[in-house]
Amino acid sequence: MRRTLGAILAALALAGASPAMAADAVAPPSVKWTFDGLFGSFDRAALRRGFQVYTEVCAVCHSLRLVHYRNLTAIGFSEDQVKALAAEVEVTDGPDAEGEMFDRPARPSDRFVSPFANDNAARAANNGALPPDLSLVTKSRIGGPDYIHGLMVGYREAPAEMEMSEGMDYNAYFPGHQIAMPAPLSDELVEYADGTEATVGQMAKDVTQFLVWAAEPELEERKRMGVKVVLFLVLLTGMLYAVKRAIWSDVPH
Amino acid sequence: MTQPWMKNRLVQWIDYRLPMFSFAEKELIDYPTPRNLSYWWNFGSLAGIVLVIMIVTGIVLAMHYTPHVDHAFDSVERIMRDVNYGWLIRYIHTNGGSAFFIIVYIHIFRGLYYGSYKSPREILWILGVVILLCMMATAFMGYVLPWGQMSFWGATVITNLFSAVPIVGDIIVTWLWGGFTVDNPTLNRFFSLHYLMPFVIVGVVVLHLVSLHQHGSNNPLGIDAKGPQDKIPFHPYYTVKDMFGLSAFLTIFAGFVFFAPNFFGEPENYIPADPLLTPPHIVPEWYFLPYYAILRSITFDIWFLSAKLIGVVLMFGSILVLFLVPWLDRSPVRSARYRPIYKQLFWVLVIDCVVLGWVGGNPPEGIFVIIGQIATLYYFAHFLVLMPLLSVIETPRPLPTSIAEPVLGGGSGPPAAAPQTMEKAQ
Amino acid sequence: MADSEDIRAGDGHGETRRDFLYLATGAFGAAGGAIALWPLIHQMSPARDTLALATTEVDLSPIEVGQSITVVWQGKPVFIRRRTEAEIEEAGTVALDDLPDPQPDAERARKPEWLIVVGVCTHLGCIPKGQATGDRKGEYGGWFCPCHGSHYDTSGRIRKGPAPKNLPVPSYEFLSDSLVRIG
Repeated sequence: MRRTLGAILAALALAGASPAMAADAVAPPSVKWTFDGLFGSFDRAALRRGFQVYTEVCAVCHSLRLVHYRNLTAIGFSEDQVKALAAEVEVTDGPDAEGEMFDRPARPSDRFVSPFANDNAARAANNGALPPDLSLVTKSRIGGPDYIHGLMVGYREAPAEMEMSEGMDYNAYFPGHQIAMPAPLSDELVEYADGTEATVGQMAKDVTQFLVWAAEPELEERKRMGVKVVLFLVLLTGMLYAVKRAIWSDVPH
Repeated sequence: MTQPWMKNRLVQWIDYRLPMFSFAEKELIDYPTPRNLSYWWNFGSLAGIVLVIMIVTGIVLAMHYTPHVDHAFDSVERIMRDVNYGWLIRYIHTNGGSAFFIIVYIHIFRGLYYGSYKSPREILWILGVVILLCMMATAFMGYVLPWGQMSFWGATVITNLFSAVPIVGDIIVTWLWGGFTVDNPTLNRFFSLHYLMPFVIVGVVVLHLVSLHQHGSNNPLGIDAKGPQDKIPFHPYYTVKDMFGLSAFLTIFAGFVFFAPNFFGEPENYIPADPLLTPPHIVPEWYFLPYYAILRSITFDIWFLSAKLIGVVLMFGSILVLFLVPWLDRSPVRSARYRPIYKQLFWVLVIDCVVLGWVGGNPPEGIFVIIGQIATLYYFAHFLVLMPLLSVIETPRPLPTSIAEPVLGGGSGPPAAAPQTMEKAQ
Repeated sequence: MADSEDIRAGDGHGETRRDFLYLATGAFGAAGGAIALWPLIHQMSPARDTLALATTEVDLSPIEVGQSITVVWQGKPVFIRRRTEAEIEEAGTVALDDLPDPQPDAERARKPEWLIVVGVCTHLGCIPKGQATGDRKGEYGGWFCPCHGSHYDTSGRIRKGPAPKNLPVPSYEFLSDSLVRIG
């Protein structure tokens, strides 16, 4: 029965890990990310470029409501820079002593200000389609970062035989291929502060990495701790095996 | 053996009034255990430890979680982002749920393979099935708490099962919800019960252990111990073996927690619940997939019974049938090692359950429906037809005369002793 | 782990090596277990979002001389009073020996015009009166705690009543003439 343990575990894992994939989705190209693997970490410069793409492009329609301005210190901004970045945006606060709501510059402790007051306002401004919040988008889509990156670079001319609905665009990697979001990126759309050439591919990678960070800010700490914990446990398991062997040495079995 | 610390005056003073030391000595240290237990016997204590891990991390999570539809999702994300080590504790808890089920399923199949449910361990087995039922309820309600899309729609689908009950079905569902749909009252009561159930499980686990220690563990040979040469004290032999198993498990577990924390999860559950938008494919957590496949396998009405009702009955029946196993299997031989046909069928059952899980994870269309129906049919046939039938037609292989014999008796192969009819207590 | 003696009493060498193995494994595992407790303890410390609100910036420009405002800092009320010349005078001239908790006013107010204190009575945690214009300010013109009758002066020092200490001064910093950061 012993040798079947592996088989059972593998089979159970397989049964659990094969969720229904949307039949019409095309697998996006696989990108080699710096945050992949056991020792993966974010590229700080890419994160800041991605932040720039998010603020200048995505943030026109998409909120990022689980991220706070204070979090930006983690991608390499100083506290004063974060304060200045936050202060560029107005946030509604209140009520004041007279019972009125008022606008004030955002503070580091505030959440990223959403482009629309609520979902209905967002729908009304976007032909009825709701631009999803991006805080967890790399975790909440099958395919994760590769899918988000694929979506950014997947805009094509619709094939001749395909009937496109009004106001929809063709995207190679979107399930069903008809997407309400127009192609968000074009070459030189933003001007990177660090002089990196702003191609669509570059911006797509940068903003995807930024969104992975937004979804999993603990990723680096998690992997660093994981390496230590697993090493510790491997060692402990080895030692316990030796102890077990020693203690059982007088029991024929 | 008497432990040296039992000679301590203070220990004796306490023990005279509260016999915790002599209890520990009897049940944890000296407790005579068959000498031939394999690593498959590690999963019981492992399950107990995972239960403790789940309770500890769960209590911690409850300190930061808000059971309100407007705040539940955000409070979980606050745990992930702002609470110190919150991500670690939550990932241990979510992956711990999956680990708990893997361990318990292995534990159950171990029991099925080695006939651990047979006399005098029927109540031990029944208590185990009760634990499984409690775990399922706990896991289901726990999955609702993050209030993501799968939480909401899973809760909707599962609570709606009760609407299949004739006449009072809709009343029951409304009562479960505390409203006219899954909403805040539902979330609140699920949180309350999710906190309560683990302690119920602890209670049943205690009974499970009391029942276990009454006659001791079964063993891979499935024969009773004949004397002291067949048994060894639990400590240090099995304590160290359990520690080793625990450490090996934790290594694999840490691999998931730190490097693939969402492997067992559904991406869709990172989208906040939207009562007006059903996700394209609703799938339960992997450990419920086989039951889900059974539920969906009935696509036709029988007489006046609706397909829905039969599906629900069969789904619950797939667990309830386990209660009957000690009486469905009348064979006097416990271990499948000495039951050539049962051994084959056991593996067919394992494969059948995996197939059911695979079907449950796929959309109920085309070939999956047929495969699901065949697998469901086999599942019930295994327990209700094949098990009783085998008790009559199967000729068991000869059993060894004692546990110690194969290891101490010179190693010239199993001696040709007749099947021990005395294995059955009655 | 004394069982090693039962196992092979004759082999002295192997026994020490074994005892060492048992001890090392036990210590190693125990250390790991102890470290694993830290996340369970530290999760109760203030979370990052709580710490982000640990400081409060207050715009002082709308406060007139003689006026007080209350701001919330770390969940507690903080009294900010723009003191009049008379109040500053009174706070500065009192003899320290007369005070239950002696402290010169210069130590309590970085700029004499602005007094910033945590508005929680040091007796049993009530919030003293004296912020609103019509409030009883106590016998010393500062604050009066109605719970058990503690009187505070214009420097927030306890002068009379059961409270043992002066109203605590939070750490603060003037970022400009009209902007102060508390905390």
